[in-house]
Amino acid sequence: MTQSSTRSLTRWLRTDEPASRLQARCIQVYNGWQDLRSNKLAMIGLIIILGLVVTALFAPFLAPQDPYAQDLSRRLLAPGQDGFLLGSDELGRDILSRIIHGAGTTLYIVLLVTLTAPVAGLIVGTVSGYLGGWTDAALMRITDIFLAFPKLILALAFVAALGAGIENAVLAIALTSWPPYARLARAETLTVRNMDYIAAIRLQGAGPIRIIVGHIWPLCVSSLIVRVTLDMAGIILTAAGLGFLGLGAQPPMAEWGAMISSGRKYILDYWWVATMPGLAIFIVSLGFNLLGDGLRDVLDPKKAQS
Amino acid sequence: MTESTDVTSGQPAVSTGRLSLYLKKIASLFFTVSLTLLGLLLVTFLIGRVMPIDPVLAVVGKRASNEVYEAARLSMGLDKPLYHQFFVYITQVFQGDFGKSLLTSNPVIDDIARVFPATLELATVATLIGVLVGVPMGVYAAASQGSWFDQFVRVFGLFGYSMPVFWIGLIGLLIFYGMLGWVGGPGRLDIFYEDMIPTITGMILIDSLIAGDMTIFWNAVSHIILPSLILGYYSLAYISRMTRSFMLEELASEYVITARVKGMSEQAVLWRHAFRNVLIPLITVIALSYATLLEGSVLTETIFAWPGLGQYITTSLLSADMNAVLGGTVVVGILFVGLNLLSDFLYKIVDPRARQS
Amino acid sequence: MKRFLTVEDLWVRFKTRYDMVEAVRGVSFSLGRERLGIVGESGSGKSMTGRALLGLVRPPGDVSATRIDFLGQDLHRLPEKKMRHIRGKEISMVMQDPKYSLNPVLTVGEQITEAYRLHNRVSQKIARAKALEMLEEVQIRDPERVYKAYPSELSGGMGQRVMIAMMLIPDPKVLIADEPTSALDVTVQLKILQLLDQLVEKRGMGLIFISHDLPLVSSFCDRILIMYGGRIVETCRADQLDQATHPYTRGLLQSLPDIRHPRERLSVLTRDESWKQEESVNAII
Repeated sequence: MTQSSTRSLTRWLRTDEPASRLQARCIQVYNGWQDLRSNKLAMIGLIIILGLVVTALFAPFLAPQDPYAQDLSRRLLAPGQDGFLLGSDELGRDILSRIIHGAGTTLYIVLLVTLTAPVAGLIVGTVSGYLGGWTDAALMRITDIFLAFPKLILALAFVAALGAGIENAVLAIALTSWPPYARLARAETLTVRNMDYIAAIRLQGAGPIRIIVGHIWPLCVSSLIVRVTLDMAGIILTAAGLGFLGLGAQPPMAEWGAMISSGRKYILDYWWVATMPGLAIFIVSLGFNLLGDGLRDVLDPKKAQS
Repeated sequence: MTESTDVTSGQPAVSTGRLSLYLKKIASLFFTVSLTLLGLLLVTFLIGRVMPIDPVLAVVGKRASNEVYEAARLSMGLDKPLYHQFFVYITQVFQGDFGKSLLTSNPVIDDIARVFPATLELATVATLIGVLVGVPMGVYAAASQGSWFDQFVRVFGLFGYSMPVFWIGLIGLLIFYGMLGWVGGPGRLDIFYEDMIPTITGMILIDSLIAGDMTIFWNAVSHIILPSLILGYYSLAYISRMTRSFMLEELASEYVITARVKGMSEQAVLWRHAFRNVLIPLITVIALSYATLLEGSVLTETIFAWPGLGQYITTSLLSADMNAVLGGTVVVGILFVGLNLLSDFLYKIVDPRARQS
Repeated sequence: MKRFLTVEDLWVRFKTRYDMVEAVRGVSFSLGRERLGIVGESGSGKSMTGRALLGLVRPPGDVSATRIDFLGQDLHRLPEKKMRHIRGKEISMVMQDPKYSLNPVLTVGEQITEAYRLHNRVSQKIARAKALEMLEEVQIRDPERVYKAYPSELSGGMGQRVMIAMMLIPDPKVLIADEPTSALDVTVQLKILQLLDQLVEKRGMGLIFISHDLPLVSSFCDRILIMYGGRIVETCRADQLDQATHPYTRGLLQSLPDIRHPRERLSVLTRDESWKQEESVNAII
């Protein structure tokens, strides 16, 4: 793109009087992006998450060693020793390589939870909010029951019932984390349910499913995205916690929580075994938190007004 | 003209109408709570039935003969239909009977009564830290929105949200116990102090004060300080963030301008006017955070070998002691519902608007 | 006439992402023992002018002025600590809606006594007596009950009476009333205005009455400033409003129905970009 056309695009995006709906939408996105970009912390978060994705995708090329190759003669070596940049674990495996491969596991968990819990919450919340009456009362009561459960303990019980393993851990997390999304989606639905434009669509003959899917869901999405991003760190921490308790990913799979668990025995003499994967969890959760925090500032309509 | 005609409301209206309204409210509250509890029991019951663990085998052992097995099955009522079993389960729970723990062979309710004070002690100290530090942090962060202090509070909170509690616990033990020796290690007391004072509340900090034994008190402090600081950090992160956002909302309202117009100092505007209003939603937040600590210190208790409810449930779970797990879960669920009710109640006391309607 | 306030070249600016918004642009006026009306549409800068006098424009807003003189003190250069003795004690403000401008969790009594005790070192008992007296003065029928009530238990008119009592109890010399009746029922509006008029008269105060309602202001005030786009475009005595010359004022007048000169059709106000470029009219007398 030439410089002048860049400039005219910028001007198009900065006008106070958009000429079309598309332009208004683009301006909104552009302004949001400008806000986000000026938020240094959010940018750091974004970079961390991109880093996670890249690491996960190219793990085999990035990892200096085979994450599963054991060498008992070279176990528990300190960082920097013998070519182990972050040291080796109790089976002589390269911690750095295991952390790099663990990125994929973390990303996998995050994606699976994202595709289940918020979607379930969205469906329950919008249906509940739109239909109202008995449906609403019943669905919200169920939501309350799940909210009243101790989250981690319920997840533990589920995993124990279903058997340890990464998919079951994800399922357990999803089962315990959908209620807040349902609440959120319901609240959003209630604010738009009685608006004139919904009435107009109803008068045109649209049925409840069409209205919910086509007109209410899109309105709930942005607040859900913020919430999911902010919850992502919690999801990662819960998954790691399950792994730590031996209920998530099973050995020898490279998973950060399980790595801390196995390093726990050696913490006083070989600090790096548990410390390094913990740092990885910390950095990635921090990334999601920083981005989520920035996104909320940008997308929160309340703040935009003031 | 001293008579004004625009006096339309505010008559002290204590009448029978209000009393029946109260009764109605209490009835609906009772209905909601019992429904929630019933749901809680149903889910735990179902989890117990879905478990791939045979409860009969767990009782009689693997080598039991068929007759013994069958007799045990009948005596446990497992031949009855599910709804009947559920009914029996509920009646038992309401009598405080969660069955026997296989691991300790005590009634589960006794086990819970024994371990719960440890959790309560830890969660309470942590919540105190969270409130005493988190609330002022949130208030001043909001008051100086955009300043370096505001940024600091935000980042400090986000760090708290991002740290795996079991990891930071390990690191904390490594540094402050292993390397520096500043704090006590895992457990609630050094081993040679254990069982030296009578158990009254089950909370060692209080029991040692009652017994007047300051050595044990300070030893207990040295043990609780690290886990409670770590849990307190989480609670602080949450509370300071919520306080900040509530405060920002209140500071944007008109009565704050009124207070400034009166010539109030900014401190008085913050605490006397804005914070009074923040207190109302904050009660719910603190109750929620307290409830989460009561239930969710599973990992912290594991790391610090803290013999509380979380650790009890986890060890029971890992050894397939389902009576104990379900009993613990139900107790925690009831606590959660109870705390929610309590915060609703406090809410109504603090907020004059809620009191009227 | 004694002059309370002299404002010279007052500007209020707000920085936004791409540019600077000037809410008030070089306004000069004075206030004596009189009722001065400031009229303008929303966004004309009338409310911001009131806030700027009290030093209540918060960042990102920025105030500049040659001077804001109050009985010999330059408010614009007064440190915040001293400014607090001006607020409430010397200059006070009644805002639009008592539903929002009264603190919902404090009783009426707490809020009124607090206003008094901020500027008078007296016991709570004396403050209470004083507050009840003040409630009586704003014609509240049952002061004892209202004293104990929470704002949500009051009607709009009562709330505004309470607000006026609260603002007048430290005996200020100037009262800014920012749309004090706009949120009230029409029947109550007039009563509040009468009350305000009586009290201001009795106490010999200066009143700045900010409103968008030109007929109301012209019937209630002694002198009028018409603001448009952050400037004063016209100033005149209220009884000479019909001789106003500025096209904006004329446009406003012509869009109002007049019982003495009935017209087939009211004209629609057309705004001219050039009004925004004009110099602000000096309203110091």
